[in-house]
Amino acid sequence: MLFGAPQYLVSGLTVGATYGLTALGFTMIYNTTGIINFAQGEFVMLGGMLSVVLLKAGLPLPLAILAAVLCSALAGCLMERAVIRPVGRAAPVNLVIITIGVSILVRGVVMLIWGKDTFALPAFSGAKPLRFLEASVQPQSLWVLAITLLVLGALKLFFSRTIHGKAMLACACERKAAALMGISVERMAMFSFGMSGFLGAVGGAILTPITLTSYDVGVMLGLKGFAACILGGLGNPFGAAAGGLILGVLESFGAGFISSAYKDAFAFIVLLLLLFVKPTGLFGGPKSDRV
Amino acid sequence: MAVSARSLQLAVFAGLLAAAPLALPNDYYINILILCCFNALIVMGLNLLMGYAGQVSLGHAAFFGLAAYTTAFVTATAGLPVWAGVPAGIAVSALVAWLIAVPTLKLQGNYLAMATLGFGIIVSIVFNEAVNITGGPSGFVGIPRLKLLGYAFTSDTAYYYLAAGVLWLATLVSRRIIDSRTGRALRAIHVSEQAAQAMGVDIARHKRFVFVLSAVYAGVAGTLYAHHLTFVAPSSFGFNFSVQLITMVVLGGMASLWGAVAGAFFLTSLPEFLRVFEEMDILIYGAMLVACMMFMPSGLVGGLGKLAAWLKRKLTANPTPGQKPGQKPGLKADSRG
Amino acid sequence: MLRILGLVAAAVLWAAQGFAADPIKIGAVVSVSGPASFLGEPEKNTLEMVKEEINAKGGLLGRPVELVLYDDESDVNKAVLAAEKLLKKDGVCAVVGATTSGSTLAIMNKFPAAKVPLVSMSAAEKIVTPVNPFVFKVAPSDRHAAGRILKHVKAQGYKNIAILSVSDGFGQAGREVLKELVPAQGFTLVADEVFGPKDTDMTAQLTKIADAKPDAIICWGTNPGPAVVARNRAQLGMKTPLYMSHGVASKKFIELAGESAEGLMLPAGHLIVASQLPDSQPQKALLMAYTAGYQERFKSPVSTFGGHGWDSLKLLAKAIETAKSDKPEDIRDALEKVAAFPGIGGVFTFTPTDHNGLDENAFEMVVIQGGDWKILQ
Repeated sequence: MLFGAPQYLVSGLTVGATYGLTALGFTMIYNTTGIINFAQGEFVMLGGMLSVVLLKAGLPLPLAILAAVLCSALAGCLMERAVIRPVGRAAPVNLVIITIGVSILVRGVVMLIWGKDTFALPAFSGAKPLRFLEASVQPQSLWVLAITLLVLGALKLFFSRTIHGKAMLACACERKAAALMGISVERMAMFSFGMSGFLGAVGGAILTPITLTSYDVGVMLGLKGFAACILGGLGNPFGAAAGGLILGVLESFGAGFISSAYKDAFAFIVLLLLLFVKPTGLFGGPKSDRV
Repeated sequence: MAVSARSLQLAVFAGLLAAAPLALPNDYYINILILCCFNALIVMGLNLLMGYAGQVSLGHAAFFGLAAYTTAFVTATAGLPVWAGVPAGIAVSALVAWLIAVPTLKLQGNYLAMATLGFGIIVSIVFNEAVNITGGPSGFVGIPRLKLLGYAFTSDTAYYYLAAGVLWLATLVSRRIIDSRTGRALRAIHVSEQAAQAMGVDIARHKRFVFVLSAVYAGVAGTLYAHHLTFVAPSSFGFNFSVQLITMVVLGGMASLWGAVAGAFFLTSLPEFLRVFEEMDILIYGAMLVACMMFMPSGLVGGLGKLAAWLKRKLTANPTPGQKPGQKPGLKADSRG
Repeated sequence: MLRILGLVAAAVLWAAQGFAADPIKIGAVVSVSGPASFLGEPEKNTLEMVKEEINAKGGLLGRPVELVLYDDESDVNKAVLAAEKLLKKDGVCAVVGATTSGSTLAIMNKFPAAKVPLVSMSAAEKIVTPVNPFVFKVAPSDRHAAGRILKHVKAQGYKNIAILSVSDGFGQAGREVLKELVPAQGFTLVADEVFGPKDTDMTAQLTKIADAKPDAIICWGTNPGPAVVARNRAQLGMKTPLYMSHGVASKKFIELAGESAEGLMLPAGHLIVASQLPDSQPQKALLMAYTAGYQERFKSPVSTFGGHGWDSLKLLAKAIETAKSDKPEDIRDALEKVAAFPGIGGVFTFTPTDHNGLDENAFEMVVIQGGDWKILQ
């Protein structure tokens, strides 16, 4: 009955890391601006696609990834400056539609330039699987988990130790008060978009060796990333990461023990039941919602 | 606004709907008009829920699909007549909405969005996987055309007038609800649930009412859609369509009856106009979405209303009457509701 | 003098009308964008290439061919609208399409009513069984591909089969055929698993399959899912033979799956192994010419799907020439009489009871070796 459980767990954690990293990007922007950025999945796609393109152009892999990540961060900043800042204090739902428009636009540009094919990246340190308990693990999965943890640690330090991090948290608590304290709320918003572009792209680049990439992978990732955020409790970065991992493991166990056809449904049913019992997610506070 | 002005709007709307096919260059476009009517129906229900009561739903495509599949199953698989399938479809859609309304509508904001989104995804997975009932990913073939009271709606023009008539009736019903005590209660809930409760509004009951009502609108559209296309596939009822519906609501104008109609007609027919750009169409579509929201935050109806007011000021200052020709049906600028 | 001038002018006008102003209009509904664009794009490219080739040779019946092509964006509703537009607005004499089975099924009932022939490029059997007099298809049936795989499976003496299919139209059709043929031919179906078209990890499904201890696994899907399956199988160190469907018969699959593609077997059309065919094979010259022409013009490798475009338009051209007419009903009658017509997908013979015109010989079992296809004997 329990045959394969370790393997399901490992598979679930690998997929879950994808969702978790996307969810972190959502949280970053939501915390500073209160916007749910539906273009978050496109940042992940950009990270993967640009790495592939730059690698093909002849750059060595580490450099290609670095450049891809920086480009995506820049794209994030650009998005904030070009379409988010000008509308100022528009209704949240309008901002959501704007981000949907941006995601369509980004997808379209990538499709027109690099086509509709799926691409792969080479794994960072070989593809020979490691045995762990009864499960086989790709070395790349370890990279993904390690980098996810590293990013989480860095974020924790950033928010608790640096003036920028604290300023961003201040914007999250109360925009007006933050502005009165001399924090440039606009600059922080731009910074948060840049950071979530950065985070998303890191995710895209380290995952592409496992998951492959194409111009349209962002849609599904955005969806699952949003679900992970909600599962963990919106606004809590650790909740987001944990939510992603839990969602991945749920899907994997659903596929293994129940039915592979209904695995996504299974994950969402658990999510809904959880929301009905605890309406603000696993780690969300009672007043974390602002829309 | 006086009652007579509202009746006038409804009359003008009826006239526009009736005249629309005459303005078409050829038969093909009538199919787009029919799709516009279906989408306008769903969006009108969704606007009651989102725009008036302030409850978001990212899973409305599911209600549309549930009704479509139910009537498909009742008529094609079970072999019952269409007049049995249509009410069955609407009933299933309403029943499911009634069942999930209570736990779901307790949630707020983004959590409500997630719950409805999750519901939509679960339903679309069922459409995909329950192959014995739904035909699976490749679709349900062989749904009969609509036949009511011995009249078979074989021509597209006849079908259009049916869809337009239903849409007009739905508008009338919505108008009545918005102007009623219930409508005022819904708007009160939108502004502040606590305040509404303090004023004696039964929040749970009103939310459930409007949720079920919006599912009924989607259900009517779903059954008409199934019997028009005579084929349904899960891809028409997925997450993408739910997002499109929301976009229509917001783009048309929240809490505006005519906004719902304008948003649906505009976004449904837009791809047809963008065809000439070939592969670039998706870019232009995305850019237009962003631009509309940036420069017309209150939607098409609000934006055109402002434009009309601006024009009026210009015209009174400089009396050269000039009307912009070729306005689309339902896009009347001054008909803010 | 004036009269001569007038005559010349009239003659020129007449010639111009007869040739340039009166083209033969053929419609097409293709998924150029959206999820099925990997099928639709080569189809569109090929259709335009074949059209230009026909026109360069003087057109059909002395008239140029005009291709009216609409993109259905891989969406059923758009396909229906496009078909309506072709039939009602453009007044075409025949239609090629649609790309996906779902879209074809959605539009095909309009064609008998309009009395215009439709040549579909999608695979589902429901398109031609039962025979719809105005609907033909050029893509080989899943039944033939599955038959070829099972023939090979039987020759190896395998008994227990596991299937793993994608949850879209293509996967569903394959799954249905396999669930029927596997028990019917005396095998035992020990596992029946599914994955989503956008899934990125199938280790859970493969682990479950491994638990059922099959002798062989048949995976039915189109890129990128099967590439992930191949990678996950290698990752899990599974040695069970893995058969793929014809849905991945493109170089892209080998590129995506990398080393883990080695040793996988699949039924494929003759196109990808054209250079390995004996010269006596009736399609060989054609396949080589198409490959060269396509690669030179579009700078990308040929695929079987593009071949469907070639077959459908060439078959229509052939029918128009035999019928010596561009009346839709004449074209339909002539199509039904096409026999032993070598195309890209196979050698077509249509009859009133067979509107696909292909059999198992349309496929060749191939194995992936050294990053390339090799015909299995």
